[in-house]
Amino acid sequence: MKTFEAAYASWVMNNRFIIIALSLVSVTALSYGGGYLRFDSSYRAFFSDNNPELIAFENVENTYVKDDNVMIIMAPQNGDVFTRATLAAIEDLTIEAWQVPYSNRVDSITNFQYTEAKEDNLIVRDMVKGADTLSDEALLTARRAVLAEPSLKHRLISATGHVTAINVTVQMPIDERAEAGQTIAAYVRDIVKHFQEQHPDIDIYLSGMVMMDAAFFESAMLDSKTLIPISFVLMFSIIALLVGGLFRTAVTLLVIIFSISASMGVGGYIGYPLTSLSSSAPIIILTVAVANCVHVLVTFIHSMHDGEPKLPAMEESLRINLQPVFLASTTTAIGFLTMNFSEVPPFNHLGTLVSVGVLVSFFLTISFLPAAITLLPVRLKKATEDDTKSISVLAEFVIAHRNRMLLGMTIVIIAAVSNLPRNQLDDTFLYYFDKSVKFRTDTDFMIDNLTGVDFINYSLDSGSSGGISDPAFQFDVERFAQWLESQPEVVHVSRFTEIMKRLNKNMHGDDEAYYRLPEERDLAAQYLLLYEMSLPYGLDLNNQVNVDKSSTRVTATIGVISSNEMIAFNDRALTWAKNNAPSLGYIESAGVSLMFSYIGQRNIAAMIVGTTLALILISAILIIALRSLHIGLVSLLPNLAPAAVGFGIWGVFVGEIGLSLSIVAGMTFGIVIDDTVHFLSKYLRARRENKLNPEDAVRYAFRTVGRALTITTLTLVMGFSVLASSSFKMNSGMGLMTSVIIILALIMVFLMLPPLLMKIEEKTIHA
Amino acid sequence: MHNCLVALLIVLFPFLAVAETPEMKGLAIIQEADKRDLGWIDSKAELRMVLKNKQGQESERTIRINTLEVEGDGDKSLSVFDAPRDIKGTAFLSYTHSVVPDDQWLYLPALKRIKRIASANKSGPFVGSEFAYEDIASQEVDKYTYKWLRDELFDRRDCFVIEAYPVYKNSGYTKQVVWLDKEIYRAVRIDYYDRKNAKLKTLITSEWRQYLEKYWRPGLMEMTNHQTGKSTKLMWNNYQFRTGLTDRDFDRNTLKRAR
Repeated sequence: MKTFEAAYASWVMNNRFIIIALSLVSVTALSYGGGYLRFDSSYRAFFSDNNPELIAFENVENTYVKDDNVMIIMAPQNGDVFTRATLAAIEDLTIEAWQVPYSNRVDSITNFQYTEAKEDNLIVRDMVKGADTLSDEALLTARRAVLAEPSLKHRLISATGHVTAINVTVQMPIDERAEAGQTIAAYVRDIVKHFQEQHPDIDIYLSGMVMMDAAFFESAMLDSKTLIPISFVLMFSIIALLVGGLFRTAVTLLVIIFSISASMGVGGYIGYPLTSLSSSAPIIILTVAVANCVHVLVTFIHSMHDGEPKLPAMEESLRINLQPVFLASTTTAIGFLTMNFSEVPPFNHLGTLVSVGVLVSFFLTISFLPAAITLLPVRLKKATEDDTKSISVLAEFVIAHRNRMLLGMTIVIIAAVSNLPRNQLDDTFLYYFDKSVKFRTDTDFMIDNLTGVDFINYSLDSGSSGGISDPAFQFDVERFAQWLESQPEVVHVSRFTEIMKRLNKNMHGDDEAYYRLPEERDLAAQYLLLYEMSLPYGLDLNNQVNVDKSSTRVTATIGVISSNEMIAFNDRALTWAKNNAPSLGYIESAGVSLMFSYIGQRNIAAMIVGTTLALILISAILIIALRSLHIGLVSLLPNLAPAAVGFGIWGVFVGEIGLSLSIVAGMTFGIVIDDTVHFLSKYLRARRENKLNPEDAVRYAFRTVGRALTITTLTLVMGFSVLASSSFKMNSGMGLMTSVIIILALIMVFLMLPPLLMKIEEKTIHA
Repeated sequence: MHNCLVALLIVLFPFLAVAETPEMKGLAIIQEADKRDLGWIDSKAELRMVLKNKQGQESERTIRINTLEVEGDGDKSLSVFDAPRDIKGTAFLSYTHSVVPDDQWLYLPALKRIKRIASANKSGPFVGSEFAYEDIASQEVDKYTYKWLRDELFDRRDCFVIEAYPVYKNSGYTKQVVWLDKEIYRAVRIDYYDRKNAKLKTLITSEWRQYLEKYWRPGLMEMTNHQTGKSTKLMWNNYQFRTGLTDRDFDRNTLKRAR
């Protein structure tokens, strides 16, 4: 009686044309969905709709206004902002910035609303107007006024007056954020380019949330423009070199291209947005799909070298490889599906896309690939003896030194695992981009010279309508703001109490003694009314005070700190307020990096659950498929060890585990187990079908899959190394770590699994 | 040959002169609207203002507004705040002008002082609402140039659709698109376009009532900001006309007494 594998293999060989036609039709149908793919470059794509921090963030936005922004940083080469030419240039650019699409507010040192008292008038005016006609004295006055203004210093002007910025606030519609962001970034770059032609003596840098969105987009585009072609060329070379033959290489590439386009198509049908994370799916599918093809082809060529004709050779290869390739694909897919446990939607999408790609590649490998290869002429290179020789040498070495191997590997594992605790779950938001991304270097400049890029908004609620005018509340707001200011993490704090103090002074004939908060509620409310009536278009208080005048927003600009420090800082601030400023009531805090910080923490918790589940599921599959409980269990050790050792090494050299690394363990588990599956299936076949003893079964396994495993490991490492060179750290970190773990996995399978098997089997045989 | 042309021109001339440009038509419509609203002399009204943010939070202010018609210039108005309580008694006096900045004073009862608002800004929000001061100040013909676009039904009303371009350079707008009801000659909808010519907000007026058998006033004005999702409702009550107000009631000195 034929086994299922044998029956399937001969069916494939008898229906090759139908199979090819069916494959082409289904791949085309699936790929069609690719037309629905859209790129979402917004940082908000990283948060699911029910993410509590995003909800808090949007509450604050809806209460005040959105503060997505573009910072246009201006650094005059002469090191002085306060010259007629530079101030005039700032004035011009401020006016031009109102034309930025979706902008609703533009703040600069020139249009800052300066207030002063003149007799019984409250004068509210632009800080600097008509700069090119200012006298030397007026210039000096402007310089003093700007540098003395707490709302501006460390926010829009550096303490020494050598760098300034224009902040453009934009309101991007939620459903077209990505497009809006790109339009804004392009527009701003255009006016900046024009500006620099006229003012070559002023250097310009761009930062802010919109530019960060643009960086997400551009780094993904850069990756797909450079990394994807590089991976294709690499894979092509590797297959050509190791498998050989133009047709075989071409068919393998077709399988890969089909798998990628089908999975992206499925993503399109589901409605996944492409993000800087999920756009790395093609590279990963490419890498993982190659392995399946290699296994089928290597066995095929092996049989033909042994003198088998084309068709029987392929039939045999299918028969032998069907189960291990199926197992390997399933476990890999499960590994990637664990990404669906992540709190970060782009990881869910990436995981599903790769899983689909892997499964498609499995079906094509066992249908389209053998059908197409056997319809094309097969030309073999002369078999070189070295191919199996070096592997055999390795096999003999491992068999001879099995006890030492076992001991050595155990020591390595223990040493590495003891370094696991050196890893900290932490990362720094800004460093998601490496220094090849202009946003990063521009932002670095801003941080070094002017202000921070991260904000935390504290929405302070007085609890009653108009309550922000209550002196007790204002007093606490001011104290909270001062406390924030005194913290080392904080660069600048903006609050509306600054305005109140200034107005109080203006109302008392600019008497410095009155530069303090008004002492009566009515007075404060009326000052505010007067001030609001005097403000020009776009420069209102809506960004600091809610409509009911019951709550106000204090914004702390933060320097570069890691996500753990961010969370710790936020906790400290909330605790301080609770203990020291009781009238502030319930405080809502919201900020982009704060959201990323919390999501990092929660993601790790979710991924631990996901990874554990994958571990149990994959082990169960292995045990059932190998039909051996104890061998299945034993094989777990060399499968778990690579990730443990990998993270141990990471602990020694890096020590910081960010958002993307937290998903690596589950994902690589599905990949590295393939080595074990292939090795064990050959080993058990030798034991069961050929009745070989453990030592000879190990030799057989080495001889039959040693080469294929080396090839697949090489391809995987190459593929993930390409990813490791991404300018986006979530991709590069993941690529690097995965490469390391995959290499470790091969070492474990070659050096640790065989000694383990022999040890166990000897025991059971002797028993 | 020449004679023929001249003859042709003479014959066609009256027709050429009558064929008005969209600009002329727009101006003519607005002039007609302005003419129809002349002669009410003075008015008193109560205003309830409800502000709403995107989050759905609301806030209310109530104001009494007295207005005096001024021929040949913008009107004079005196607004007294009744609520919220902490600005109760605050009074705002304004002399609107067509093109030059308005004269504005505010009386602060807590400080017992009148402060002149020396600012060229007509485009800032009025008491934190979505209405800019220039949206509710008296609408003078000279403040804008016009262009008739088309006739159109809006809310089952037959309307002229006219674009108005502000003359005043500190205006927050590049243009307004006005739906002017052909029957009552008042704006039933206005779209405001910001400085980058993007649609900023829309005003819808309703509950129109005629006073003195001539003058139409809305009971409800709703302004929605498309960019921020905020909105403001103005509800007008107790309109009275020809109440005998004079220049003296709009004097700086009356500010302190206006409670």
